[in-house]
Amino acid sequence: MSDYNGQAGDGMNWQPGLRESYIFDRNTIEEIRRAASQGIYDIRGFGAKRKLPHFDDLLFLGASMSRYPLEGYRERCDTSVTLGTRFAKKPIEIKIPITIAGMSFGALSGQAKEALGRGATMAGTSTTTGDGGMTEEERGHSEILVYQVLPSRYGMNPDDLRRADAIEVVVGQGAKPGGGGMLLGQKISDRVAEMRNLPKGIDQRSACRHPDWTGPDDLEIKIEEIREITDWEKPIYIKIGASRPYYDTQLAVKAGADVIVLDGMQGGTAATQDVFIEHVGLPTLACIREAVEALQEMGMHREVQLIVSGGIRNGADVAKALALGADAVSIGVAAMIALGDNDPAYADEYAKIGSAAGFYDDWHEGKDPAGISTQDPELSKRLDPELGGRRLNNYLKTMTLETQTLARAAGKSDVHNLEPEDLVALTIEAAAMARVPLAGTDWIPGRSKDGF
Amino acid sequence: MTTATDVKVVDLATTPLRELNQRLHDGAAGGPLRWRIINPGGAHAVAVGVDAPFEIEIEGHTGYYTAGMNKHAHVRVNGNVGVGCGENIMSGTIHITGNASQACAATGRGGLVIVEGDAAARCGISMKGVEIVVKGSIGHMSAFMAQSGALVVCGDAGDSLGDSIYETHIYVRGSVEGLGADCIEKELKEFHREELGRLLTAAGADAKVDEFKRYGSARRLYNFNIDHAGEY
Ligand SMILES: Cc1cc2nc3c(=O)[nH]c(=O)nc-3n(C[C@H](O)[C@H](O)[C@H](O)COP(=O)(O)O)c2cc1C
Repeated sequence: MSDYNGQAGDGMNWQPGLRESYIFDRNTIEEIRRAASQGIYDIRGFGAKRKLPHFDDLLFLGASMSRYPLEGYRERCDTSVTLGTRFAKKPIEIKIPITIAGMSFGALSGQAKEALGRGATMAGTSTTTGDGGMTEEERGHSEILVYQVLPSRYGMNPDDLRRADAIEVVVGQGAKPGGGGMLLGQKISDRVAEMRNLPKGIDQRSACRHPDWTGPDDLEIKIEEIREITDWEKPIYIKIGASRPYYDTQLAVKAGADVIVLDGMQGGTAATQDVFIEHVGLPTLACIREAVEALQEMGMHREVQLIVSGGIRNGADVAKALALGADAVSIGVAAMIALGDNDPAYADEYAKIGSAAGFYDDWHEGKDPAGISTQDPELSKRLDPELGGRRLNNYLKTMTLETQTLARAAGKSDVHNLEPEDLVALTIEAAAMARVPLAGTDWIPGRSKDGF
Repeated sequence: MTTATDVKVVDLATTPLRELNQRLHDGAAGGPLRWRIINPGGAHAVAVGVDAPFEIEIEGHTGYYTAGMNKHAHVRVNGNVGVGCGENIMSGTIHITGNASQACAATGRGGLVIVEGDAAARCGISMKGVEIVVKGSIGHMSAFMAQSGALVVCGDAGDSLGDSIYETHIYVRGSVEGLGADCIEKELKEFHREELGRLLTAAGADAKVDEFKRYGSARRLYNFNIDHAGEY
């Protein structure tokens, strides 16, 4: 559903008297027509595209009479985070509170993975493998690399576990909590096929449940095994898609997580059914306080670090997530865009494949003109990993500066000192979800003294 | 000085598990090649992540993930094993004299796993190259999404055998309660007779190649087809 109500003069044959249906809008009609002709659900990449309560619905108050601001540039505002302080012998330290999320080799080209590693390393942060295993490019170019343990276990092996800096057990993803993965045949090159022990050219489905554990009690034992294999050196993360964040957070703590990665429904994906992306899970904004309160109740806030992802775009989003209690955030789609995804320079080529720069989301098809979500050797070559890395570094630095700007304005000498008290909400929904007052009132829906 | 014939005995009643696994990991650089682990008492994660050509004998029952991710070592468990024994095994062998719980050799990528008794549900789930010989029977959903390697069952197989299977070869001597989506009976060709014969010999199984039927993928789910949507 879109907000478009047939009023705008957008040059699409509209004339007075033609009234577009709010519920049967053009996208809806087009989707019915597409389904009727193709007989298969729409699969796509990117995250939820519908309008959802998000960080834009929050504002910082800034310092005033009762709060001193800090001077930009001159007064320190720290940004670093240590992850894995609970059990790991070798916690990792990242210099900025922004990490690169797990994106699979297979979904992304080798060059794109290398560029992510280069950019993250320049910015002093970590990058993450994905479904499909660890590649030499990303290990070689990532100073801090998080290795994912996914249900498919494609490419899983103990050597990579040992050469990882941290390990992330993926229970779910925000774009599809409860869903498995899919890599369509056209993206299965020889190398991808070999890494996954599967024939070339066939659709690769990744299971939605882990093969050797079911439920939180088993997961606790699974984590013990991984710790034993890696001699208790590495931080172990548990990644969950936002659906029951309060309980899932508590169960993840109980299962022995050092770090919890909480991915909201705006979170990106390489290939998932549109119906899944748009209709399952909680918006990122709605799950942070639930998770933080779960940690606080267990006395584990800041002891078990919380990384939040799903629709993080700029320093304001980062600052707001931290103010709500996250220790760091993670980015997927935004990192791809920084590398060059949806670049208007390829306008003609997007048009040829029925898309346009700024709209392209058919990442599963492997035809990405920008050479990022593809395994085609010719297209992949278009992305220069060094240049991509520099662009990602620029973007990460910019976001960090923006985060510091907002933190200093609120009088904080560390971005982690931002707190809910620094925020107000623009809408009742956001006020209820983020548990901060509606701007200009002292009303937090569902939390106020009279219970209203 | 240690020699190849030295046997290092580790008593899990008195030695913490952490110490055992650490010694097995450090020992890869030298030291004894033969280990005997006594009093495992059902402990989880015994002898996991070993990366050396050790001979490891475990006297008694173990819990989850025994010898998980094994590389090179030859492990023998004189007892029963819990969930996920030999998960993601890379190479070497794991020989279980008793029964194995669920998800035995799950996602294994190489090596050989032998179960003298029965294996429970999901034996060989998502297997990626490991070879498994179960002398008894296996539970339901075994070889689910099995990618490659071979699973030999001298007894019977439970329901939904080989559901969504890719290229794994399954051989069953007894009855099969039911086949999963896209799994069908297939011809036992010369290649398969050789493979099966080799595995039966390796496992010391008292069974003849001709007594087995082979199951594998119909390959109808390999590329999405809306008319098969109910099976996905
Ligand atoms: C191209 C692409 C591939 C992804 N692959 C994986 C994956 O292999 N494993 C995983 O846990 N998440 C995967 N994700 C999800 C990201 O790790 C992350 O949760 C999400 O992108 C965060 O939301 P954002 O994209 O809005 O920043 C992928 C996302 C994208 C965009």
